[in-house]
Amino acid sequence: MSMITIKNLSYQYPIVETDVLHDINISIEKGEFYAVIGSNGAGKTTFCNVIRGFIPHFYKGDLRGEILIEGKDIRDWELGDLSQKIGYVFQNPFTQISGVKETVFEEIAFGLENLGLEVEIIKEKVENVLKMLEIEYLQEKNPFELSGGQKQRVALASIIVMEPDILVIDEPTSQLDPQGTEEVFKIIELMKNKGKTIILVEHKMELIAEYADRIILMQDGKVVKQGLTKDILSDEDTLQYGSALPQYALFGIEMRNQNMDLGSIPLTEKQSISVVQQWMKKEGLA
Amino acid sequence: MSFLTLKDVSFQYPNGFKAVNQVNMSFERGEAVAIIGQNGAGKTTTVKMMNGLQKPTEGDVLVDGWNTKDYTTAQISRKVGYVFQNPDDQIFHNDVYSEIEFGPKNLGLSPEQVEENVMKSAELAGVVPFLKENPYNLPYSMRKFVTIASVIAMNSSVIILDEPTAGQDLKALERLSNLIKTLNDEGKTVITITHDIEFVVHHFERVIVMANQQVIADANKREIFWDFDILEKAMLKQPHISRLSNSLKIDGDILEITELTERLKRKTAKV
Repeated sequence: MSMITIKNLSYQYPIVETDVLHDINISIEKGEFYAVIGSNGAGKTTFCNVIRGFIPHFYKGDLRGEILIEGKDIRDWELGDLSQKIGYVFQNPFTQISGVKETVFEEIAFGLENLGLEVEIIKEKVENVLKMLEIEYLQEKNPFELSGGQKQRVALASIIVMEPDILVIDEPTSQLDPQGTEEVFKIIELMKNKGKTIILVEHKMELIAEYADRIILMQDGKVVKQGLTKDILSDEDTLQYGSALPQYALFGIEMRNQNMDLGSIPLTEKQSISVVQQWMKKEGLA
Repeated sequence: MSFLTLKDVSFQYPNGFKAVNQVNMSFERGEAVAIIGQNGAGKTTTVKMMNGLQKPTEGDVLVDGWNTKDYTTAQISRKVGYVFQNPDDQIFHNDVYSEIEFGPKNLGLSPEQVEENVMKSAELAGVVPFLKENPYNLPYSMRKFVTIASVIAMNSSVIILDEPTAGQDLKALERLSNLIKTLNDEGKTVITITHDIEFVVHHFERVIVMANQQVIADANKREIFWDFDILEKAMLKQPHISRLSNSLKIDGDILEITELTERLKRKTAKV
């Protein structure tokens, strides 16, 4: 059974006349890392809001089609149970941080307290997460004194500590410098290695190429392409749908256009080095 | 003398934290300059001192002959416009048109001139279809363009964009680069803070690198992105294609795809 099965999903916000999501069909498998890509306004965040049950439980509007989470229709799930199954990390870390706790440690413990766990168990879980994300040094700080990058990591920690099976993460790196961005991707990879299912909305193609297993490409409320990262991000056609491609793929495509075909289109730095070295050997350049 | 100069400028908060430490910079009319560096390096505080939102606690900021210490922020904002990092810090009207109109109206321009400024900047920023909408009904990425339009409408000589690339898609990045180019062609100086190294490579020549509250480099992008010492100090990596060229030991301080394919082509021609 798929973790999430979506059949003929369409959705219209209240008041608005047109669908923001049109006839989406997709299945999300356990333990896989999906990147949702596409231009702004393509429906990526709305799609995430359906998966985490905010539509229809919180936002009304007209939801059609079937959305099954572990085989059970999303309309039949209690929002509280769903939020333990699916963790959602907001685009903006300021939205995530509760504002009612005075230290990072308490902030991360907040969700577990609400589940009514024993104090000793909460402490242990929070300590483990602090260690895993390498933010132990922040534990006594006030969440509002943190830098943007630190806040984004605390926001992630406060969701990871709840141990949801599915993580839905909406542009977690938009305000981060390159190093902070890389750190967030390493954390997400760690979660994948623990068997979590990841759904990530992101624009940074070189990192998606490196980390994601599969791509969901959206445009105008539709899923226009879905498949393995290596297929979607090496295909020049993807550009037509308003998405970027990794610099390495663009390089491979340019080589092909200049009659210096590398044999395959590389997606990452590592792949590029390897295919160029092979090509240079073949051409007698190395 | 340069149009905008920062002379030995520092900014210290009352609690003793120095957000900017002894910074020197100068900008000419019509220049495009990118400022890069880690979160917390001092970039935003530095640019806020350029339009008088913050006044230096040491040193001087000179704008077109004015020392910012002697003028109000409202006065300086006629010469230097600043687009906030977070658009929600800036938007306060119920429709996009009124939001853009607010600045030029306060400059005391004629109604015709106000309308001309609004329409021209709305067009440049690509927000004409949304003029009647409430800015808060627009997505974050579009709200950012609304704030850019409202600053352009002031017709100031210098325009500062604070992380305009955050969360923007391919089309929006293209619109942004066209906008910067048009402003430059009109003789306006555009100073852009960004984390998007690829955007810098494609659209800027001069790059200023900040780290630990100071300027550690101010040079052409090619010099910066092939100076491993500077990159390490600023915790930055080379652009992707430079990294690849470096790993393949292909010389020429390459930054862009076409430069790399050209080099490889020349190599094959020699064989």
